[in-house]
Amino acid sequence: MTYSAFRILKEGLTGNKGWTPAWRDPDPQEGYDVVVVGGGGHGLSTAYYLSNKFGVRNVAVVEKGWLGGGNIGRNTTIIRSNYMLPGNEPFYELSMKLWEGLEQDTNYNSMVSQRSILNLFHTDGQRDAFVRRANSMFLAGADAELADAAQLRKELPFLDFDNARFPIKGGLFQRRGGTARHDAVAWGYARGADMQGVDLIQNCEVTGFEIENGVCKGVQTTRGAIKAKKVAVCVAGSSSRVMAMAGMRLPIESHVLQAFVSEGLKPVIPGVITFGAGHFYISQSDKGGLVFGGDIDGYNSYAQRGNLPVVEDVCEGGMAIMPMIGRARLLRSWGGIMDMSMDGSPFIDKTHIDGLYFNGGWCYGGFKATPASGYCYAHLLATDEPHEVATELRLDRFKRGHMIDEKGSGNQPNLH
Amino acid sequence: MIIEHPLLGPRDAAEFVYLGDASLLDRPDWQAEDAAERFYEYGYLRDNPAGQHQELWYHEQGDRSWLVVTRNTVSHEITKVELARDVARERGRARGRDT
Repeated sequence: MTYSAFRILKEGLTGNKGWTPAWRDPDPQEGYDVVVVGGGGHGLSTAYYLSNKFGVRNVAVVEKGWLGGGNIGRNTTIIRSNYMLPGNEPFYELSMKLWEGLEQDTNYNSMVSQRSILNLFHTDGQRDAFVRRANSMFLAGADAELADAAQLRKELPFLDFDNARFPIKGGLFQRRGGTARHDAVAWGYARGADMQGVDLIQNCEVTGFEIENGVCKGVQTTRGAIKAKKVAVCVAGSSSRVMAMAGMRLPIESHVLQAFVSEGLKPVIPGVITFGAGHFYISQSDKGGLVFGGDIDGYNSYAQRGNLPVVEDVCEGGMAIMPMIGRARLLRSWGGIMDMSMDGSPFIDKTHIDGLYFNGGWCYGGFKATPASGYCYAHLLATDEPHEVATELRLDRFKRGHMIDEKGSGNQPNLH
Repeated sequence: MIIEHPLLGPRDAAEFVYLGDASLLDRPDWQAEDAAERFYEYGYLRDNPAGQHQELWYHEQGDRSWLVVTRNTVSHEITKVELARDVARERGRARGRDT
């Protein structure tokens, strides 16, 4: 069923009796060409691009809980491609381009809103670093625009420009950045994959891999064994636990990242704004809630909830750049579990076990990467060659000395 | 989280800096045949368990001691706190000497 304005009108006039479920609820078959482990954003987008762009349709996605119940449902919905390093920036720019065509592509309203992202800077040195970043973005075909304080005073008069400790000297815009409706992204990909015959199997937890003589031939699940020519693990947050079943140790620690939503307010914040002197990012949802977050808590955690010191730190960051939000009340906060990798960058790669593939290590940048992650993973699964923008995202890069360390903080996951 | 410091009693975890898995105490032998492989594993690979985890915390805003904290990564419950110094000595190592 194609969704359209005409369809809404027609259904509205006929009692909304014609809508059908957006995807089937199939039982697992005996085997598939590809079994994707993990029905989150990246797993679903992998299945979508496998079936829609690479012609691989004998595919199943197995999910422990429900579709989109992990980090795709608990992030701050920011999309952007303002990275710097050559191993990263072209990848995120591909993602940005896929975001721009996503809704037409999947025939699903993902509420992609290119309302811009602004990274504030507070010192001359930081401005120089942002100029360099902007040039690096241009090299990858992305857009960037440097704004001085005078321009920002006109556009965003509510910022605390004359803050005694962290005065705002300007900022780096990426006008094409913005937000998207996170759940709808997962649902759009799920529906698009299902329409091409992909089996989306929920409540189906992988309990082991069938590995014989170094070749992965399928998975064991709580709903029986499923054979597969290729098994594609895509479970960021739980990567270490799942890959341990294949005997692998990963360059990853799991950490908790908290996010926050205020009560609904009238429109006050036009785009996404980030603090340059601390770690704080904020946008306003279409419902009016201020959606914001900051640093990870900083210790290994699988708890999906964090502690109060980080709540305080995040709120202080907010108050430092926009004191006007100080009287808004916090409505909800929650935590998600991040695969924090050793250099802050992700992995899309084969493993040393034939037929077993790995996608993970997204740190807290997984949401914006959802389209390109799925696209590049599907490319790898379909052709056994990495996509040209994902050639650096290898599991063995630490061994070879080719880290992709945007922050330059070394192999200390909680600093990325 | 409250960390029961062996010398100072209950302290707020916010006073500490977190380093990571306590296996970082066990630096490989740099002269071993497979030293490069061992250092790769030491520097980059982690067990990252869901459950009991031994980890290194540094009391930066306090007495600057290193602690080995045994904590559950699913519930955040802390069950044991030791001075890293004592743990290293138990493992047969002394500071400043090759043993």
